[in-house]
Formats: sequence, structure tokens, C-alpha cells
Amino acid sequence: MRSLDEIVGEAITLFNSINDVTELEQVKARYLGKNGELTDLLKELGRLPAEQRPAMGMQINQAKNRLEALLKDRRLKLQEKKLEEKLKEEALDVTMPGRGYGKGGLHPVTQTLIRIESLFHSIGYEVASGPEIETDFYNFTALNIPENHPARAMHDTFYVENGDLLRTHTSPVQIHFMLENAPPIKLIAPGRVYRCDSDVTHTPMFHQVEGLWIDKQASFSALKGILANFMACFFERDDLSVRFRPSFFPFTEPSAEMDISCVKCNGKGCRICSHTGWLEVLGCGMVHPNVLKHVDIDHEQYVGFAFGMGVERLAMLRYGVSDLRLFFENDMRFLKQFN
Amino acid sequence: MKFSENWLRTFVNPGCTSEQLAHTLTMAGLEVEAVESVADSFDKVVVAEVLAVEKHPDADRLSICRVKVGDHADEALQIVCGAPNVHAGIKVPCALVGAQLPDMAIKSAKLRGVQSSGMLCSARELGIGEHVDGLLILPDTAPVGQDFRTYYELNDRVFTLSLTPNRADCLGVYGVAREISALTDTQLSPFKISPVEPEIEDSLDLHVNAQDGCPLYCGRVMRGINSNVETPLWMRQRLERSGLRSINTVVDITNYVLLETGQPMHAFDLAKVDGAIHVRYARGGETIRLLNESQVELTTDMLLIADDHKPLALAGIMGGLDSGVATGTSDIFLECAFFNPDVISGKSFKLGFNSDSSYRFERGVDFAATRNILDYATNLIQSICSGAAGPILEKSSKLPQRLPVTVRTERVQRILGIVLEKDQIAEYLSRLQFDFSENEHGFTVTPPSYRFDLAIEEDFIEELARIHGYDEIPAQQPKAELVMLPLSESMRSATQIRQMLVLRDYQEVVNYAFVDKAWEIDLIQNHNPVALKNPIANHLNVMRSSLLGGLIANLQFNLNRRQDRVRLFELGCCFEKSTTEHYLQTEKLAGIAYGDVFSEQWGIPARSVDFYDVKSDVETLYQYQEINFQAVQHPAFHPGKSAQIMIGAKPVGWLGELHPRWQKQYDLSRPAVLFELLLDSLLPVLLAQVKEIPKYPAVRRDIAVIVDNQMPVQAILFGMREKKPEIVTEITLFDVYRGETVGEHNKSLAFKVMLQDAQKTLTDDEVEAAIAGLVEMLKTKFGATLRN
Repeated sequence: MRSLDEIVGEAITLFNSINDVTELEQVKARYLGKNGELTDLLKELGRLPAEQRPAMGMQINQAKNRLEALLKDRRLKLQEKKLEEKLKEEALDVTMPGRGYGKGGLHPVTQTLIRIESLFHSIGYEVASGPEIETDFYNFTALNIPENHPARAMHDTFYVENGDLLRTHTSPVQIHFMLENAPPIKLIAPGRVYRCDSDVTHTPMFHQVEGLWIDKQASFSALKGILANFMACFFERDDLSVRFRPSFFPFTEPSAEMDISCVKCNGKGCRICSHTGWLEVLGCGMVHPNVLKHVDIDHEQYVGFAFGMGVERLAMLRYGVSDLRLFFENDMRFLKQFN
Repeated sequence: MKFSENWLRTFVNPGCTSEQLAHTLTMAGLEVEAVESVADSFDKVVVAEVLAVEKHPDADRLSICRVKVGDHADEALQIVCGAPNVHAGIKVPCALVGAQLPDMAIKSAKLRGVQSSGMLCSARELGIGEHVDGLLILPDTAPVGQDFRTYYELNDRVFTLSLTPNRADCLGVYGVAREISALTDTQLSPFKISPVEPEIEDSLDLHVNAQDGCPLYCGRVMRGINSNVETPLWMRQRLERSGLRSINTVVDITNYVLLETGQPMHAFDLAKVDGAIHVRYARGGETIRLLNESQVELTTDMLLIADDHKPLALAGIMGGLDSGVATGTSDIFLECAFFNPDVISGKSFKLGFNSDSSYRFERGVDFAATRNILDYATNLIQSICSGAAGPILEKSSKLPQRLPVTVRTERVQRILGIVLEKDQIAEYLSRLQFDFSENEHGFTVTPPSYRFDLAIEEDFIEELARIHGYDEIPAQQPKAELVMLPLSESMRSATQIRQMLVLRDYQEVVNYAFVDKAWEIDLIQNHNPVALKNPIANHLNVMRSSLLGGLIANLQFNLNRRQDRVRLFELGCCFEKSTTEHYLQTEKLAGIAYGDVFSEQWGIPARSVDFYDVKSDVETLYQYQEINFQAVQHPAFHPGKSAQIMIGAKPVGWLGELHPRWQKQYDLSRPAVLFELLLDSLLPVLLAQVKEIPKYPAVRRDIAVIVDNQMPVQAILFGMREKKPEIVTEITLFDVYRGETVGEHNKSLAFKVMLQDAQKTLTDDEVEAAIAGLVEMLKTKFGATLRN
């Protein structure tokens, strides 16, 4: 029979040389199994003289514990190694593209509309809408544009069979809204409008956003404040200059045209601004008392201002679109650039 | 409105540059579109006289000229000239040696061996005209030796104004001058008119039978006019710089008066006037041939100038061709009138042309100046082509009123948001030459006769703001009450719906709302769409009742640009006739999918998009509604792949595969799947009302049955859901199989049935009984057999 040290020494060498868990268990049996060498030694213990038994028993048990701890350790190591190998095998090329749907996108006009709506919504403007086929009353008369007024000729109106017309601006939404709601009123009305005009810089359909504020403290000075603020926010530019020029709209008095310093050349003069340094972006003014009379609002008690802007124009300036007609060709190579 | 700056500065001459003047006008609402020099820069060009011409010995086309360019004939220059119209005695511009012309520098040179010291010039060489036929021949009166730029008034610029329709008072140079006087606080020169003393008695009877349309009519006979006299250069130049060509002297003078004062005038050939002058409305059936040679059928709302027998002119719009003044006319009837804007408005628009006269009368002409301007025109005619003037005949009735308006200082402050002191307001009103007086609230102001845009307090507030300067009014952020806006949780926004489609790989498009009528007929079988009276093009002549046509066109457009997978959607208004007077206008959402379900990629086998792929997109949009699909045919869709979408009994949309007929017509190699939904049906959202989460386990049982192939799954599903006991919480289809084992005309359907009781664990008996009940119902109602 071999000595305890000899057995333990051999077992340790053996355990460490084994690289497979199953094999490790088989080898374990050789020492610690039912007929393992250490088990046998324990069985032999009875044959030893009584005074030697405790010491010998202790030695054998220590050896057994040592081997078991060693085994456990080795087993863990081997398991870990196995897992590592498995994980290695399972590794993906994480740089491969993801599967499934690509992404669609919103039309640039919609994106611009959402941006305008959000900015005005943030200071309490409600979004309102109205019909696109309008009556003469809402599109013209109620807006202080009587029949035969020269301003009508400027509008290049489309007419439909029953004598109604395609709205030439979003201003009629003002009228609908004021007839249905009492002041104070703060609204923004985005939508499609139509004019019988088609060339490089005009499409027969385009989008406008109308804004209206009817309150006791609306003033021209406040109008300037709101619109200058809007333009700075829309273009995300602190250095934008604005200017207001007198103009004429039958539904506002005083009326103004708003220019911003050219967003391309910062007012130095370039092709975009026809070398003037300024871009005409918006028409506005104080709501004409005749308009308020048409909707039964007391113009002594309330004053208001209104403004209207061309959405395509703003989108062109914001995104560097050079040809208005691109918006309605719906070429995916153009549209996808906004996604 | 175009005019010469020098002309303007004869009336008002503020000490500022052309650019500053343009800026001032623009910032006052008279937008200056362009300021252009009348001539490119050049120098050392003088008025010269050709003294003698002889042929060049060595060149057929060249002449050797002796040219006088100063006071002394003996200092004459020798200049070789190639112009065919050169001859002795003419006066021409001559570029001296050292002159720099727009396109060349003049040097002393030998031309075919002959010394030439300068160049005789054509208009084109000086950059002032396109006349190519030789030298620019100047009037005999041109002073030899004078700098040509000065003589020809070339140190001048042309202003182009884009005027808003309210500023009719600035449709004449004097009106613009008056405005500049107010803006710059500069003295305005008075308009010089000498009252005309009649030299002859000749007159015509005048009958104004349309006083509403013509509240003031003035005219006079003039005889013995020498209409062969050329229009003077200064007048021709001013006309040309305003874009008018010289026609004949009398017409040039009336045009000149129109440009200067804004008052349109007309001169009739007296010999063509038969009897009296009548101002009346046209009678039905009358016609007139106008100066622009158009033959016009007159309607009874058109105002005429007529004689006893025939119309002579369309009042305030255009004269008749037959009664107009021509070269050689010696006796005229000169008209200067005020026609009411309401009567002139819209007429020339309807006739399809515009005239300088109607443009002004439509917007309003100064009715207080009519008589004076008639005298002014008479002055000009007499000074240029002599002639004897008769007395003024005049008929006036009710002229437009100019009522005084109260302008309250408090209101000025409220509207503008700034304080304007009373003396400041008074100063502005004086500069504007308004008639005003102070009162306790502010001012009483009477608008001048030449302003048709000032009737209420706000109109004057705008005037004050203009003179003050819009830029001088500070921009202020208004203070307002903080009130939250309503935010509905039971409605979604259209933006949210759009975003859902974007996440499912659809690209938004925006199409015109007018479409080809053929689309409406072919795709919608709408034979009576809402038609436009004045379409922009024949293929855009009706309003769309559906978005489908536009999407198919977009698909085709993009396929032609090498796209092979296209998924688009549009949200837009659609239009239909209705039983009422007005048309139906409905917001619709439509989409189209074409090509592979997924873009070409690894790991997903390529497969064409089909009905069910898009159905899933539609179902996702309706996550809050219970929708059902009915096999109903639609003219755009394959008859067997077309479904109407319903919420309960209400149709809300369509889903289908494009009919093979249209697929072929639109040249599509693969089928496209389309949907179109009513936007309103998509917006409602169910506000969540939470139930307790069941504590007891759910049980799953599957039922597989064989039914007739034609039996719609939706009917079976709805039948089961309707008859199910309460413990059945969910029934879904998870497999469909067709094949020999189930019979040729059959299909096998497998349903997953989930059962659960909130109060207790279900027993096997309860589960089996519920399943048996469903199976029995399937057998009796749908002829199903249980599959093993």
C-alpha cells in the first residue's frame, strides 16, 4: 500500500492535468469513490492499533478534504473554460446591419408646419383649421375685400362649379374661429391654399400658416415682439435682424411686411436675397375693425393682430431648397434627405 | 410704376443719394424694386456737328468726316466713320480721343491709312438703346460741344416702384414727390399751371347720363393743333424711362400728364365726333373696337363715352380705335374726367387686358384736380404744338366724400403700443399735408381728395406709424394671462398617425389637390367630380375625391427614377359633391406599398409586399378601434383582393391590391397594395380603464377545424367571439393550411383559445365544456369538422 503523501501528490498532478469535466469525475472516483484509494485507506483504519487510529484518521480526512477542495476548484475552472469556449463560438459580428423595416419620413412641409405649430403652441396658440373650398364671404368679404377690389385680382382665385372658390389664403380660418369663439383668441391655422399661378417661383397649391391674437393688450409693438421672437426661434439664430415695412392687406390696418436678414449671407447680399441682404418672409398687421365687425367683436374693447406666412418659403430658407417645385414632385431622392 | 429720378427731383429734392431715397421709399411702404442707371458709365462724349463728308479712298463703306466739336469750325476733327446714315449737317454724339465707352476705349488711330481722331456714336455703342441702324441723330437744336451725358440727361436713374393697391395717389410722379416731401420733411415744389383763357367759342353738348359712374366730366375743344411737331426730347425721354413709347405728340402729352399727375386723359379726333358727347352705360349688343385693336362686346355695366350715334371710348379704360388722334389730326376734343372706381373696377380684368388708365381709375384718381389738369394738358399742347383752346365744358354731380375722422391719441398708443405726443402727431399730419384740427381726444383729420385709402381712425394711425417709421416702434414681448390649453386624451393628432406610418417605413408625400378627371373616372368611378372653372392645366381640372391617383402617379414617377421599393402615404383633403349646396370636404389618409416587404437585406428572404402586410399596417393604425373587413369590390382594386374597412356598420376605408388592369396601364411590373382611410375614424383613443390583473392561471386550448375554402375567417372569429362563454378571454387564428389531407375545396384553421377565471382556478371540466360549446357552434353554424 502507498503512502498517503504519495497518493495525494499523484492525485494533484493528475487533477491539474485533466481538461475535461467528465474525465475529472472519473479520476475523482479513483481516489474518493467507493473503491477509491483514500476510501480504502479509511476502511483499513480499523486494522490499525487503537492509539494510531485518531491521528491516521485525521490525516486521511485532511487529505480527502484537500482533494475535494482541489477538485471543486478544478471543476469550476474547467466549467468556466468550457463556457468561455462556447461564448466564443456564439460571438456575433455586431457590426452587421440590423434586420427589419427601414425608416420612412415626414414631408419637409409637414416638418416645417410641425415646427411652426410647436413654437406658437409653446406660447399658448391653439391650432385651428378650416375648409379648403371656401365661400366668397369667408375668403374675401368678411376679410374686408369687397367685390371688384383690386386686391382680388392679386389673388388669382380658382373657382369651382357652384361658385365657391379654393381658398387663396388661410385667413378665412380666422373668421370661422372668431364666429365660434369669444375673445381672447390665440390661434394658428396651418393649411393648403391655392392660387391660379404656376412658374418657377409659384406653384398653384402651397401652404400657409395664419396667426391671430385678439386681446385687450395686443399692439403693433407686441406683434413685432412675437414675430421677431418666432423667426429667431425658427431659424435658431440669435443674430437674426428683422425689419417691418408698411404694406397693404385689406384685413389689417396698419399692415406690414416683415423681412429678416438673409439667413444665407447674414445680410451681406447674395443670390438668395437678390443682393438686398433681406428676405421677405411674412405679411402681418393689426386686425382691421371691419373684420372684427363682421364677426361681432367689439373693436373698441378688443384689438388684435394677424400674420400669415408661406411655409414652403420658410422651408426653402431653412433647408437650402432652391426650387419650390421640388416639394410637389415627390421624388424620394429629395424627400429622403429630410429623414 | 417706373419713372426718372431727375423728373422726380424737379418736384422734391431731398439731400440724399438715390440709394437712400430708395431705402426711404421702401421703408415707407412704397417698395422700390429696382434703381437702374439709364446709361452705363462713359465719358468724353460731346454733341458734335458733321460739317462735311467725303468717301474714304481705300474703303467703300467708310467715310471721312469733318466734325465740329466746339465753338470754332477751324478746330474741327477728322473722323473716319462707317455708319451708313452719316451725312453733312447732322448732329451726333461724338466720343473724343481718350473717351472710355462701355465696351471700348477711343484712341487716335489710322483707319485704312486715314487719320481718325474720335468716333461718331450709335445709341448702342453708348449703351443707351438697341437701335442698330447707324448713328444716333440728335435734334438740330442740340448745342455743339455740350457734354452728351448732360445734354441727353443720362446722369439719371429709373426707379421702379411696386405699389400696393391702396396707394393710387403715388401712381404719378408728383404723388411720389408729395410722399417723399412728407417722409423727408423736404419742401415740395408747387405744380405750375397757367389758367387757360379760351380763344375760340367752339364747344360740344355734354350729357352725363350715368352720374354714379361719372361724377365729374370736363372737356374742351382745341383747334389748329400742329400734330406734325415732334414730341420734345425731354418729354420723350421721360416717357421712355417710364416704359412708354412715343406715339404721336398729342397722345404723348396726355400720357405724360398721366405719368406726372396720375390723371388719365383722352383726346378724341373732333372730326370723328358726331353730335354731342354722352357719358352713359352701354346698351346690349353694342360693340367697340379699342385702341389695342380688340373688338369688345359691351355689356350694360360698362361705362361709355359716346356721340349721338356710336360709342367712342370705353370710359376710363381705353379709347376707341376709330375716334383716336392720329398724326395729322388738327382738331381735338380733350377729356379729363373722374370715373368712379366701383364702376371701372374689374372691367379690364374681365376683358383680359390692363391699361394705365383703368389701373388708376380702379384705385382712385384725385377728383379735385380734374379741371386744373385739363388746363395743364392744354398748356403743354399749346406750348408744343400750338392750337386754340375752347372753353371748358363740365358736368359734375356727387363726388366722393371726405369725412373728417377723429384720431384719438389714446387709440394711437393702444394700436401701436408706443406713446406719440400730441405735437409729434401734429407734425406728422402737417408733413402729410392733411387738413386737421385739435380736439379734446386728439385730432380731427380730413383725408385729402387724392387719398382713397383713408376713411377710419386706423388708416390715419398707419399714416402716423409710417411717418414715424415702423422700425422706430420697439418690439416688445407681450404679457398675457397664463392659461393652459386643452389637451384631449381621447383624440390623437394627425401628426401622431403620420408618425406611426413613418415607423412602418412609409414616406410622406404632398400632391396637388387638383387631378386629372381620368383618375376620378378610372379609379373611383366618380363621373361627376368637383370641377374647376379655371384650371391651371387640362390635366388638373377636377378636385380629387381620393388620394389614390396621386399615390399611383408618385409610384410611377419614382419607379422611373430607379427606385424598386416604394412605400408612400399622403394625408389630405378630398372633395365630393353632395346633396346640399356645398361640397363635402373630407380629410383622408392613404398609402401605397410596392416591391419587397423589406428592403433587400441579409437574413430576410425577399418577398413581395401583399394584401396582408398592408392590412397589418392598417390594423396598427386602428389600435384603438375594432374594425372589420368586408370583401367588397372597389374600381381601383383587384376584385378578389379588395376590402372595405368598417367600424361596426360604418365604412371608414378601403384596402386592396391595385387592379391588374391599372397595374398594366400604369406600367407597373409588380402589384401595388393601397389603402385609404377617413382621418376622423383614426383619431379617437380609448381612455384606459384598468381592470384587476387575474390571480388565477390562464389555460390554453387549440381548436383545429376544417371548413369550406370560401368561408371568411373573420365571420368564424366573430361568430366564436359572440358565442363564447365569459371564461374565454381570447380567440386568435394561428394557422391556415390548404392541401390534400383536408380536401380540395377546404381549408384547415387553427385557433388558439385562452381561458381564465378571475375568481378561481378553472377545472378541466369547465375548460372542456367551454371548448366543446365552441366546437359545436362551429359545426352547426359554419359546417366545420373537427380536425384530428
